[in-house]
Amino acid sequence: MHWPLIRNLPKETHFKFVSLAPFAAGVSALCVLASIFSFATNGLNLGIDFKGGTLMEIQTTGPAPLGPLRAALGRMGVKDAQVQGFGAPNAARLRFEQAAGADSAKAVGAIETQLAQQFPGIKFTDVEYVGPNVSGELFQGGLLALGAAIVLMLGYIWFRFQLQFGFGAVIALAHDIALTMGILSFFHIEFSMPSIAALLTVIGYSMNEKVIAFDRLRENLRKYKKMPLADIINLSENERLSRTMITGATALLALSGMLFLGGPTVRPFVIAMVCGIVIGTYSSIYVALPVILLWGVNRNVEEAEPLKPVGARR
Amino acid sequence: MLNLPRWRVILCVAAIVFGIVFTLPNVLPANVAAGLPGWVPHQRLNLGLDLQGGSLLLLEVDTQALKAERLANITEDVQRTLHDQKVAFTSPVQVNGEISLRITDPTQIQAARDALQKLAQPLANGGGRDISVQTAPDQHLLVSLSDQAVTADTAHAVQQSIEIIRRRIDALGTREPSIAPQGTNRIVVEAPGESDPERLKSVIGQTAKLTFQLVDESVTPQEVAQGRPIPPESVVIPSQDALSPTYLVKRRATVSGEMLTNAAMSFNSQTGQPVVVIRFNGQGSRRWGDATSQNVGKRFAIVLDNKVLSAPVIREAILGGSCEISGNFTTESANDLAVLLNAGALPAPLKFVQQTTVGAELGADSVKAGALSGIIALALIGTFMVLAYGIVFGGFAIVGLLSNMTMILGAMSLTGATLTLPGLAGLILTIAMAVDANVLIFERIRDEERAGRKPLMAIETGFSRASVSIMDANITMLIAALILFAFGAGPVKGFAWTLSIGVLTSVFAALFLTRLFVALWYRSNRSKSLPI
Repeated sequence: MHWPLIRNLPKETHFKFVSLAPFAAGVSALCVLASIFSFATNGLNLGIDFKGGTLMEIQTTGPAPLGPLRAALGRMGVKDAQVQGFGAPNAARLRFEQAAGADSAKAVGAIETQLAQQFPGIKFTDVEYVGPNVSGELFQGGLLALGAAIVLMLGYIWFRFQLQFGFGAVIALAHDIALTMGILSFFHIEFSMPSIAALLTVIGYSMNEKVIAFDRLRENLRKYKKMPLADIINLSENERLSRTMITGATALLALSGMLFLGGPTVRPFVIAMVCGIVIGTYSSIYVALPVILLWGVNRNVEEAEPLKPVGARR
Repeated sequence: MLNLPRWRVILCVAAIVFGIVFTLPNVLPANVAAGLPGWVPHQRLNLGLDLQGGSLLLLEVDTQALKAERLANITEDVQRTLHDQKVAFTSPVQVNGEISLRITDPTQIQAARDALQKLAQPLANGGGRDISVQTAPDQHLLVSLSDQAVTADTAHAVQQSIEIIRRRIDALGTREPSIAPQGTNRIVVEAPGESDPERLKSVIGQTAKLTFQLVDESVTPQEVAQGRPIPPESVVIPSQDALSPTYLVKRRATVSGEMLTNAAMSFNSQTGQPVVVIRFNGQGSRRWGDATSQNVGKRFAIVLDNKVLSAPVIREAILGGSCEISGNFTTESANDLAVLLNAGALPAPLKFVQQTTVGAELGADSVKAGALSGIIALALIGTFMVLAYGIVFGGFAIVGLLSNMTMILGAMSLTGATLTLPGLAGLILTIAMAVDANVLIFERIRDEERAGRKPLMAIETGFSRASVSIMDANITMLIAALILFAFGAGPVKGFAWTLSIGVLTSVFAALFLTRLFVALWYRSNRSKSLPI
């Protein structure tokens, strides 16, 4: 063993990343199809932020009486009541929709009072009510912001690299979003405002991976003017392999604390982020770069050297 | 590389000091922080409701009700104007939000139209006039309210409502609630630490429009129920007193809540029941005195939000300008009503469209879990970096990361940013990217040394190559973060703000701090080979 451990990594690797690309393309296509299928059949388990309705997280003195709670809600005439255990045995989560009414926020208080009477010692740790109009607007607003952010990132990549790099990144990003949403819908993980933040984090991480990959590719394209594009991609990916592994590992380590200690509220969204980091790393190599390979790059144009290296003084 | 300009060193030291000084208030126990002199920064990070516990209410101004009321007022104006002009017409009706009326004499249509057009007021925001008058077939005139006028009314109502809600909540003594407009017709009320929003809701949700209306005793409510026509100047209103389920009252209010100067809870001298005593202003006193002296022996309905509280018989003229309202109050409800009346009536009913209440315990648990996971994450990353890159370079990464964290927390405390659960996700992404920047630099330096360069050259080239990637990656991220900040709603905004600050500090940490550390280290030992 050498110290520090990084010296144990082989000095040079010669993996043929590109030769696996057709196989990976098949896998990616299958996964995207499966995600769309799961999305279409299972749908998203929309949280009340997006669907509207009422959510109550409660604690009871003894083990939470899930059955009686469900029955009590049923008697109060609410729709789609879901009652689940939540984290600890004395905690439960109630989710329901109220009968259509002008001011159902007022009814939330009434339901709380009734539950408090029927289940002495009940504590409400979290109560949320979202009206149907607001929920739709939140969803649209979130999507709009996401769309605008993606378009502008594409613009910046086009400006700094070439247009096909931008398309490679956006197609890869679409792949990442599809797979993450597929995982969310397949495992029925709740999709709420924090999940949007998780999705944004995944997109952010994935974009970072793509730009780092493109940067190395651009540099090698300038260095080796005659080398075939596929070989340059292989070379670039081998060169940055150790960085990819280390950064991926640290990103997962950063999430590990939250995954195990964050409690049941944040766990679903940490899981989504963990999946997203793996997917984002994969798609940089096997979606973004193959798109560029298929499209080809413009190698004749003599580009101006971008960004003078910062602080290149001796 | 080794030539370190003084400004760079000063900047780095200043940034680290800044981070520590502004982060400290968050870490110090409250009693220590309180003992510090006044010039020491004491802003703490704002915790979002999801982390702190508290209630959030999102209210919507009822635009339809606002428009209906405005149309009713316009209808009255139209009738009065035409009466003054001696134009005969059939009773105006509201159709699709327009007032339609038929002028009996066709030769008067133009005159009537000109007279009505004078009612139109220019809009404050410069976009034309609030109402327009058009001719329609069969001697009809259509008076319509422009959309801009409704928008302006709504904006005004939102402003007024915020003012009134603030006065009401202040009277309740709830801890520093924040009340702010959202969009065109919504108001967000955030009350940190308030875990029982029901009282808050009952205080905010009531319009508190108080009127005194004469009871119309020409027709009894029973006769109305049997189908007898209601006189046009009267209206049936539900009641909450024990005497009658409904009352027929005159439409015109004799005195209304705007004319009072003060309301207070008190007890009735005979029954001992809680009551609300109100005092009228000059105009109110005069009207109240006139009305009571003219109607001795009749009933007066005291109407709150279109519901009769009580309808006492007037025994004698009340000239002192005060009045006692009874209506099955408890001490608390009488007190609340007094608070509401003092704060004034809302210009339009408010609807609750969203409500979130997070218990203080859950909030505290989230903070504890968040802090613990953060510490564990940092410890794991630190160990990993030392294992991978050794004490020297791994240590640089750790110190860089810690300074970065203090800079982010310091900047967030300084700007009064709110840390939410989604914001924590942004923080994690920032950590990942900050570590990535260091990894990029170290890997580049290794590449260059492997390619046969001397340590100093390897460090130099490594930094300049890596900085291109770091800048590109972080600018892309900053663009996305700023867009999300501009367009996103609540939680997305919190995420975007944390991320924006994080991107700036991690670029600084990588390109300035790490560079400074490496340069100082190489200057002091000039080793022949790099320990990575």
